[in-house]
Amino acid sequence: MSEHKQRKNVSEKSGRDEDVQRVSEVIGVLAKIAEALEKGIVELYNIDINIDEVELKLPLQILETLPIPVAITPPPKAVAEAKPEVQAGVAVAKAVEVVGKKVVELMTLAFEEPKLKFVGKVVEVKLGATRSEGGTRDRVIVLGGHELPPYYYLTGYKPPYPPAFGGDVFDMKISLPRAVRIVFGDALDNPEEWARIWVNKFGAEAVDLHLISTDPSIKDSPPEEAVKNVDRILQAVKVPVIAGGSGNPEKDVAVFNKVVEAFPSEGIVINSLNLDMDLEKVCPNIAKTNAVVIDFSPMSVEKAEEINRKVYTWIPRNRIMLDLNIGGIGYGTEYGFTAMERARLGALLGNELLQHPFNVGAANAWGAREAWMAMDPYWGPREIRGPLWETLTCIICLLAGADYFMMLHPLSVKVMKSLREYLFSEPKPRDPEKALDWLSAKIPVV
Amino acid sequence: MAFAVKLVNLEAKVEQCPPLVEEETYRENLKKLRELLLPPVKEVVLRSPKKIVKVGGEYVLYRHELRYMNPTAIAIDIDDSMDRDAILKRIERIEKFEYEYVGQKLKLDLIAIRSTTNDPKQFAKTVQIVSENSSLPLILCSLNPTVIEAGLNVLTQNYKPLIYAATKDNWRELAELAKRFETALAIASPGDLDTLVSLVKTISEGYGIEDLVLDPGTFVGPNGLAYTLKAFTWLRYKATYDLWKYTGYPLLGTPISAWTLVEGDVTDKMWWEAVLATMLTTRYADILIMHSLEGWVLLPQVMWRFGLYTDPRKPVAVPPGVREIGKPNEMSPVLVTTNYALTYSIVMSDLEKSKINAWLIVIDTEGLAVDVSVAAKKFTGDKVLEVLKSSKLDEKVKHRILIIPGKAARVSGDIEDVTGWKVVVGPMDSNEISKFLDKIWASEKLKELTQT
Repeated sequence: MSEHKQRKNVSEKSGRDEDVQRVSEVIGVLAKIAEALEKGIVELYNIDINIDEVELKLPLQILETLPIPVAITPPPKAVAEAKPEVQAGVAVAKAVEVVGKKVVELMTLAFEEPKLKFVGKVVEVKLGATRSEGGTRDRVIVLGGHELPPYYYLTGYKPPYPPAFGGDVFDMKISLPRAVRIVFGDALDNPEEWARIWVNKFGAEAVDLHLISTDPSIKDSPPEEAVKNVDRILQAVKVPVIAGGSGNPEKDVAVFNKVVEAFPSEGIVINSLNLDMDLEKVCPNIAKTNAVVIDFSPMSVEKAEEINRKVYTWIPRNRIMLDLNIGGIGYGTEYGFTAMERARLGALLGNELLQHPFNVGAANAWGAREAWMAMDPYWGPREIRGPLWETLTCIICLLAGADYFMMLHPLSVKVMKSLREYLFSEPKPRDPEKALDWLSAKIPVV
Repeated sequence: MAFAVKLVNLEAKVEQCPPLVEEETYRENLKKLRELLLPPVKEVVLRSPKKIVKVGGEYVLYRHELRYMNPTAIAIDIDDSMDRDAILKRIERIEKFEYEYVGQKLKLDLIAIRSTTNDPKQFAKTVQIVSENSSLPLILCSLNPTVIEAGLNVLTQNYKPLIYAATKDNWRELAELAKRFETALAIASPGDLDTLVSLVKTISEGYGIEDLVLDPGTFVGPNGLAYTLKAFTWLRYKATYDLWKYTGYPLLGTPISAWTLVEGDVTDKMWWEAVLATMLTTRYADILIMHSLEGWVLLPQVMWRFGLYTDPRKPVAVPPGVREIGKPNEMSPVLVTTNYALTYSIVMSDLEKSKINAWLIVIDTEGLAVDVSVAAKKFTGDKVLEVLKSSKLDEKVKHRILIIPGKAARVSGDIEDVTGWKVVVGPMDSNEISKFLDKIWASEKLKELTQT
């Protein structure tokens, strides 16, 4: 193959005729290679082909009888044989690789951090009040203050206040999922004990007292009794207390009026106000105290603007939280998630009506049947499914920017607190290469 | 104009306008239009002889800006140290995974074959067994080019697997393999976004490989998890907002990392794998590689994925009206529910299971569930009356009793006032309807009801 032993350099040539000539030379070489391939082994010496792309069209018979290997590449290491139906393709691929090979160098590029422009800021809202503030709480919780979408980790910005997690307590015995009953046991009959266990044993950062016995269709207990129940919880624990109504708009007005009147300086959180309520009958009284309100607008950003606008008439902006509602995974989580994302973006883009921290009734996750129902054993015990459902629903809300979570199961609170610690640490993996350990690790099959 | 709007909303395709495609004069514009309509995140197609899985193809960062397109594909691993029986058993479990939800069958999508032996022959053998016994497209996982090549050699040409992964150390060899075998190629650069985009530029421009998938590294615990969230967010932000082409590829997360990075017992690892999967699905992952086959780990993932990838512009609703359950007659109970697809399908399946005869009124709550529609005043007497009249159900049954969901108790008065029918509040969950009817729909009790 002496005719191949001359240096060729196609790329430097100019002039059309010369090009044509060079190209034909190359094609000639390629043809010879193809011919040689048919016969057997090819050896190329001193050939320096510098071209961008080569399309090698070999006649079909050649492919079928094409022997391998091609000697210019190091012989393939012991690998399993290609199956007969792909052998021809593999051989062609190898031949093309030999001829068209060009050395690619790493092109380095710097990743430029995203530049986000936002002008709005979520208001800072304080739950609870310490002695110096006229209340009796040992701790308060401040939420909000965001100037960027959640968990973007842009250099120089740290969200001022992390999310917080509260434990749900009901003022009467109601039917609760088994997974919750086994954790709290007899305390479920005693809201104070329930609240104490939440705070002392399970680290709840606030207690959400739901005054459902006031519901006219349940016990219709009077507002005075609601006040007593709130007082018992305020005595039992020293964290901020959220006082929730029954959802009956008329009764809630009466209950909330009494509660804020009785505890005007505790920074009580009123859960919640909505557009069905006679707001002028309750907001002026709340305004006179240091209570915080949660404005409830189920999955509607437009209605959220509407209720906030109304409530502003009486209550300062930094005492308002927003609840866009959430359903458990599979039961409309995406509606609440998207409503929150929209509302938070709107807030940061300057819509003042939406610049409020988000409350999430995470216990709604238990409304998903998969969270509480006995299912085929393949789906696992409901004692695991329940808290997991609540945790994952919380995570989805967290990523949409939620600030405060009302939760039913201590395991969910525990996981969310770890997660908060992880997410508020510096975003820099300690051992980056460990991310690929899974590739070759022996992992038990359960 | 109407067509243009549809085109922009991705409700119509260019091909639906024949002159645009067929006529020579539009050729230049057609090309431009097609480029304009290309998603900023490239769509990558993985194939087995029997199935196609598309990933990426995303247009937006936030779901409400349009909608998300191709649901996050979930891959389950198989490793090459498993014997044939173990592999077959695992394939069966992967393929049989199914959950019925809103009339859909939720399933797993891919198999990721890992090389724990680092032995090309062993890997090839495993790939062979999997390809002969599973219908799913594959991800071949190893950093060793010889191992990957051995695996590729045993796949027939109608496979288009994903190779996992090119790194800063092996990218030349793996890019060459991806080029030669025409596969998709994952690029992994844990903890280093500069290297990641450098590799993207080099491999896409140097080798002309466009079917790329990016993995910035899935970590857990302090610092790591925050980094993962940051990296996924930055990558997708740069792709959709800055249209930076070196980030415009599907993203891959590895919740399976929980098995090597989380201390603790097996349940802890599974729990964190579930947490990672939900976080990554929410924050832009297009492919997940997982290990757990436990139902409780996977169930919330497939359900959340379904919800997240529904079109936010269209509520998941079924048409209102009356449905016959079994063979109802003039004295069969009349039940009321909403037209939210999920509520509807659960109620239907519970009723069908219980083998009762009944009429089911589906009212138009604009696709809202019972509790939400009650709160939003969409579950009303007027809505019930609408269906009663349009369906002439009042002529088909002799009694005047409506059974409404327990969660709609609050509106029972309104429904009675508007319809004039007696309203009975049913159970909180539809799986108790059958028990409930046994109690209430007995002849004596019924007399009582009709008299009051």
